[in-house]
Amino acid sequence: MRPPRHSQTSPAPLPPFQRLLDLHGRDVYRFLVATVGPGAADDCYQETWLAALRAYPRLQDASNLRGWLLTVAHRKAIDHFRAGRRAAVPVEHPPDGAPSATPAPAPDGELWSHVRRLAPKQRVAIALRFVADAPYAEISAAMGISEQAARRNVHEGLKRLRKEYRP
Amino acid sequence: MSDGDALEREVSSGHAPERAVTDGDALERALRETGRLHGERRPPDIAAPAAATGLLDVAYALLDSPLGRLLLAATPRGLIRVAYVDDGGGEDAALAQLASRVSPRVLAAAHKLDQPRRELDQYFAGIRHSFELPLDWGLTNGFARRVLQATARIPYGSLSTYKRLAADAGSPRAFRAAGNALGANPLPIVVPCHRVVHSGGGLGGYTGGLERKRRLLAVERALG
Repeated sequence: MRPPRHSQTSPAPLPPFQRLLDLHGRDVYRFLVATVGPGAADDCYQETWLAALRAYPRLQDASNLRGWLLTVAHRKAIDHFRAGRRAAVPVEHPPDGAPSATPAPAPDGELWSHVRRLAPKQRVAIALRFVADAPYAEISAAMGISEQAARRNVHEGLKRLRKEYRP
Repeated sequence: MSDGDALEREVSSGHAPERAVTDGDALERALRETGRLHGERRPPDIAAPAAATGLLDVAYALLDSPLGRLLLAATPRGLIRVAYVDDGGGEDAALAQLASRVSPRVLAAAHKLDQPRRELDQYFAGIRHSFELPLDWGLTNGFARRVLQATARIPYGSLSTYKRLAADAGSPRAFRAAGNALGANPLPIVVPCHRVVHSGGGLGGYTGGLERKRRLLAVERALG
């Protein structure tokens, strides 16, 4: 058999991209619904996966693909916040009225509307921690901050929620 | 009723929102539980926008055929792989090969394989005698590619031999190499290596097992 075409650039063979989607699609989607809200999540989700797909063949280190994808998703969420799009308003139905077997309404209620009003870093850290079940090391890697700063963001976010959110 | 009314009612009825969640565990539990619900909506499709932006290098789909489950894969140039994937791990192995030899941008995208699926269905139903599919020969090279391209010209229902194919590919004495090329055919059925037998009359070998070779030849009534 001929040697793989990508042998010079990547030591470990990259798995077929579909495998990443199968393994991590749900966590990435949950993270985005939690941070940017149900209305913008679909766009951010597609942007995340297309950006990942674009960069994928040049990826040097395939040892932590989930961490890499959460990093990309985090960047898309931040882009979304920066673009000043309204993130706090839950949209009850997909804008294109796409037929869907699942009921469309935002399922997360008041609590996550409060989360989405936190400072961006706290919002992202809380979503990584409680939605994507990320350990602090992974949160720090995805957000490009120290592990201590990751803890602080989760902690400050929780503190603020305790003050503001009453079920 | 406005939210203000609701709030007033709550306050006046004694349900003042006094009771903040001070118990950290309860708040964290609530975040985890409600956060899990985010995954219950179906995320949007990736394959279609990937194809539209030129990022879908290899699309694949599965097809249930009379010979068992097949994996079909195509690049923008054409069909590049047909694999028997009944055997354990067959699908993973075929996809891993595509990822390393063609491109790791591999996605399930049934709509990109509509034509091959339709033509294969028609072939198995006996109503199609030749495929009109663009083919991507990217998984083959050199002599093997020439052998397989010669194989693609063997008419429906007829047989050829390893020796004749080797000659067609330019090396009459390389019939053993021709056999190897057919054994590694990345496009079985569509490139009909099942129509190639030993000059002595023996059935020869087949990637998917001899039983499949017999059944394909039976579909084509090639064994008379």
